[in-house]
Amino acid sequence: MSAEPRARTARAVRPRAAVLAEKALEAVIRLSGVSAIVFVAAIFFFVLREAAPVLFSEGFSLKQFLFSTEWYPTSATNVRYGTFALTVGTVSVTALAMVLAVPFGLGAAIFLSEFCSPRVRETLKVVIELLSAIPSVVWGFVGLTVMSKLIVSATGAPVGVNVLNGGIILALMSVPVIVSIGEDALKAVPDSFREAGVALGATRWQLVYRVLLPAAKNGLLAAVLLGVGRAVGETMAVLMATGHAVHIPGSLLDSVRTLTANIAAELGEAPSGSDHYRVLFLTGTLLFLITLVVNLTADFVVRGIRRK
Amino acid sequence: MAGRFAKTPHVARKEIAESIARGIFGLMSAAMILPLVLIVGYLVVRAWPVLSWEFLLDVPKRGMTDGGIWPAFVGTLYLVGISLLVSTPIGVLAAIYLNEYAKDNWFNRLVNLAVINLAGVPSIVHALFGLGAFVYAARFGYSILSASLTLAIMTLPVIIASTREALASVPMAFREACWNVGATRWQTVRAVVLPNSISGILTGVILQVSRAAGETAPVMFTGAVFFKAVERGDLFPYGLTDQCMALSMHLYTLATQVPNVKEALPYATAVVLLGSVLLVNATAIFVRIWLRNRKKW
Repeated sequence: MSAEPRARTARAVRPRAAVLAEKALEAVIRLSGVSAIVFVAAIFFFVLREAAPVLFSEGFSLKQFLFSTEWYPTSATNVRYGTFALTVGTVSVTALAMVLAVPFGLGAAIFLSEFCSPRVRETLKVVIELLSAIPSVVWGFVGLTVMSKLIVSATGAPVGVNVLNGGIILALMSVPVIVSIGEDALKAVPDSFREAGVALGATRWQLVYRVLLPAAKNGLLAAVLLGVGRAVGETMAVLMATGHAVHIPGSLLDSVRTLTANIAAELGEAPSGSDHYRVLFLTGTLLFLITLVVNLTADFVVRGIRRK
Repeated sequence: MAGRFAKTPHVARKEIAESIARGIFGLMSAAMILPLVLIVGYLVVRAWPVLSWEFLLDVPKRGMTDGGIWPAFVGTLYLVGISLLVSTPIGVLAAIYLNEYAKDNWFNRLVNLAVINLAGVPSIVHALFGLGAFVYAARFGYSILSASLTLAIMTLPVIIASTREALASVPMAFREACWNVGATRWQTVRAVVLPNSISGILTGVILQVSRAAGETAPVMFTGAVFFKAVERGDLFPYGLTDQCMALSMHLYTLATQVPNVKEALPYATAVVLLGSVLLVNATAIFVRIWLRNRKKW
């Protein structure tokens, strides 16, 4: 008989090497994909690792660290690491920034998404993008030079670098975040909602007030939260614009120091491995956790509306 | 004119409310433009006396109170360039994973959360991380390498987010067509998805440049120094393990640490930094607009 019948039609077989190369590449892709988790974990690990020894050292109390207002890291006789005044500094500057930025940010988001023509919208979005691109050290420089002079001449305060200055600068920095996320949230409301409103004879403002704001509530909240996250984590701008006084501010014109600025100001002087150095890392861990909570909450809030 | 369709007081009221709302929101939006214009304008005016090519190419003189910014400018180029080399491949591949490979399960939701959080970590915490991980644990010391790696991790979310957006804008039908002729997932990505999104990815890389160039805190404690002697106009003054100057940090130094600095000097430094960053961003914006007009689907 003739040779065995050729049972199968010849399949186009890729060279083994190509298949292997593709497998290898996909492995690299997967690895890169999970790198974000690795990096976040690594950040927490390495920052905490530098901070850990002081947590268990004698004479350090976590309660004092969190709730004491006495920050005397280099005192010769009685060293105290209380960050409460710094926390209050962060909170006060952030709060003022939000009081200024939230109305403007949400107002601009509403205008962009509902009121203006496509052309104006494109222009404004470019402006907002450029605004958000200004480096924080330039904002800090503006606070230090322009804003502080303005504040001194407007209020007669002895120094221009204070809560007010930092708050205004931070507001300008977080407005772009609030606008762009807020606009996304409004855009995510289905058009059928708008059509229903218009069919009932609502004006745009009535539509915004009665329909869109309630519907986009969660997304707008997330926008504000991300603005808060940006403001809390901001370093160089507040370092330069808020002055350097470690105390609880009594008025808007008092100088303060924030958690972030404190690390930036003192890390260079703290000898590596000293308690002071480790406490600064501990402050970093605290900041990491604060922004983690803020960001997770924002994400959770956004996800909440998508489920619905 | 009081015909059958005359406005009732109710309608008139709601129209007034409408124009007031429009006016207020419009003003709030216009208020965004004002600071941008004022800040840029003011800085340029104050910087004008020293702003020149000479200022860019010259080295700092007389204890940094005079002269130019060349070492800082080159240092920033080094930091940005090296951080880009590290973060672009990782970021693009991570975005490909998230957009093309990842199924919707708990693990990939965790990856997404990690990306979001990485973007939210304060810059000073990145600095602490860079100090703990690269400078000490990895023993890279205070060097361009440590600073660039810190910057790379910091700007990773930027490239991931914009690459994902670019990939997601390629219609699903393109992929399906490619799968139907028997292509594997990676072949599809290579032959269809990447060519159709490459300019979007490029925009992301550009944005990353601008972000990395402006950062101060992460480089301040990992490799950037106040002063480093460099030849005027020298393009290759630094090695990978050297410390370097950086434009952002130089601005901070001039503004806060150096006494009796020539008036216009910090302003001019700010203008160069801000100008470079805004120029880079404007490029990204133009690429995006050009792309959108060219798109056929």
